[in-house]
Amino acid sequence: MKGNFEALLVMFGKEPSKSQQVTEQAQAIHLAQKEQIRNLTKEERAEFKRDFKNAIQGDYSKKWRNRRWVTLIVINLLFTFSFWMDIQLFEGSLIASRVLGFHMADIYSAIQVVLAYKVIFINLIIGTVTVLIIWMLLGGRGFCAWVCPYHLLAEWAEKIHLKLVAKKWVKDHPFHRGVRTVFWIVFALLAFILGYALFNGINPVGIVSRALIYGPSLAMLWVLMLLLFEIFYSRRAWCRYVCPMGLTYGLTGALSPLQVTYNLSSCRHDAACRTVCEVPQVLECVKKSRANKVKIDIGTDCTLCGACVDICPTQSLRFEIKGLSLIS
Amino acid sequence: MSTLPKSSPRYQTSRRRFLRTVGLFFGVVGTSLATLLPVIAKWVPSRLRPPGALEEKEFLASCIKCGQCVQVCPVQAIYLADIDEALGVGVPYIDARTQACDFSCDAVQCVLACPTGSLSHSITKKEEVRMGLARVVKPEACLARHGLGFKGQARGPNFRGKLRYSEVDRWHPILVRDCPYDRELCDLCVCECPIEKAISLRPDDEGNLIPVIHEACVGCGVCEMICPVEPSVIVIDERKVWGAV
Repeated sequence: MKGNFEALLVMFGKEPSKSQQVTEQAQAIHLAQKEQIRNLTKEERAEFKRDFKNAIQGDYSKKWRNRRWVTLIVINLLFTFSFWMDIQLFEGSLIASRVLGFHMADIYSAIQVVLAYKVIFINLIIGTVTVLIIWMLLGGRGFCAWVCPYHLLAEWAEKIHLKLVAKKWVKDHPFHRGVRTVFWIVFALLAFILGYALFNGINPVGIVSRALIYGPSLAMLWVLMLLLFEIFYSRRAWCRYVCPMGLTYGLTGALSPLQVTYNLSSCRHDAACRTVCEVPQVLECVKKSRANKVKIDIGTDCTLCGACVDICPTQSLRFEIKGLSLIS
Repeated sequence: MSTLPKSSPRYQTSRRRFLRTVGLFFGVVGTSLATLLPVIAKWVPSRLRPPGALEEKEFLASCIKCGQCVQVCPVQAIYLADIDEALGVGVPYIDARTQACDFSCDAVQCVLACPTGSLSHSITKKEEVRMGLARVVKPEACLARHGLGFKGQARGPNFRGKLRYSEVDRWHPILVRDCPYDRELCDLCVCECPIEKAISLRPDDEGNLIPVIHEACVGCGVCEMICPVEPSVIVIDERKVWGAV
């Protein structure tokens, strides 16, 4: 429970802190690993380094990424084709829809509308609660990595960004992560005070989703601007530092049974996972001597994208459904 | 931050990051506020909204921009506004001349589809809709006023608008260009009006027949769409209510 609370604070912008209480088991492993590293032969060291270099250069299985991209594209195209072919199975867009007759509504967009309009509409509540339940079970920000169409565009922009960084043509300019929490609160306040849901107008998720379904729009220029900003100035800026939708889903998944878990005993601490992660602060535990337990659930800001699972050379990071291991 | 000496590189890095973050904050919030200005200043065109739309301010506030109303409309009368309507981006409107709402759906489907009540669910029948009011803007161009008839496709061979011609197909709207007219005296606006007693031909001061709008008019725009004169003799004044000046 305490770990969960710390994970929430880290999501809101706090720097991850070093845990004071480390279990004996974890301490023993830390010691043993230190010993192990000291005793590595030159060849072994070289091999580790080579592994890491290969991984960073993208030479590893992309199993989860491929599954995720297929899922994301299929879900978005289902909306598109449902409208084109008028089969009415996926009506609406990712902001609000009826999927097989079930009302669905994005939580933060709904909050914006309710705060601005100040009337609570029953179908919106039903839709929001449905989405809440789905992502409580499926890990909150799983929405970001597995459904959000802007996420996919941003991933491609990120690839370009990283290539430019490698060539030293651009530099990543990080922001303070806490600003995302500030955005969440300020946009909620603005909606309430001004009576307009300002965020919904600039939300790239809605703009991309509508463009995919109802056809291209000039609004995509705003999305293009954001992507250029991410390519040339700050890596994954919108998802990392702005998107209040993402923060809302992060909150939703705080107690989700579906998680990425970290296993200290097999980890070699080369931290390849942190180089591919959208939210590396959740992977603080993979640093040398940082893990306070042998097995750790990755914090709720994790988008379950599986990039770390793919890249980890020792399978120390895995997808897991909590409770399932208890049964078997 | 305060414990670090000002000359330390870590202090400098963190100070720069803080300033950048402030910049990001004002950039994003500023952009969102900038979308509000054209709406308040009324720089954006006023639009004919779908049936049941709340008052414009409430409508903009409550619309979640999902487009479900677009999807259920059998004549595809509803479009979503683009970024040139600022905050109104993604909000539905109808361009009556291109495709009017002819109530082909029978029971205001867009209203039923709306998840936020932006299109008010208090409306159940087409007669209760109040989108605006039709107005004869160019009486001098009206064919009926000159005693002229109309023969052929109402809006030409390239017009893609649809109407439900009950006598042809009770259930499915069909293309206007597929249903040519042949009238001794042009009365298309009157005969295609989906609302009873909303419009009729009446003699004007000089005794010429001219369409006259009555209180039952809901502002659906079918008369504006079907008028064979270019530009239309009748247009819809969006959101206008009967009796208002």
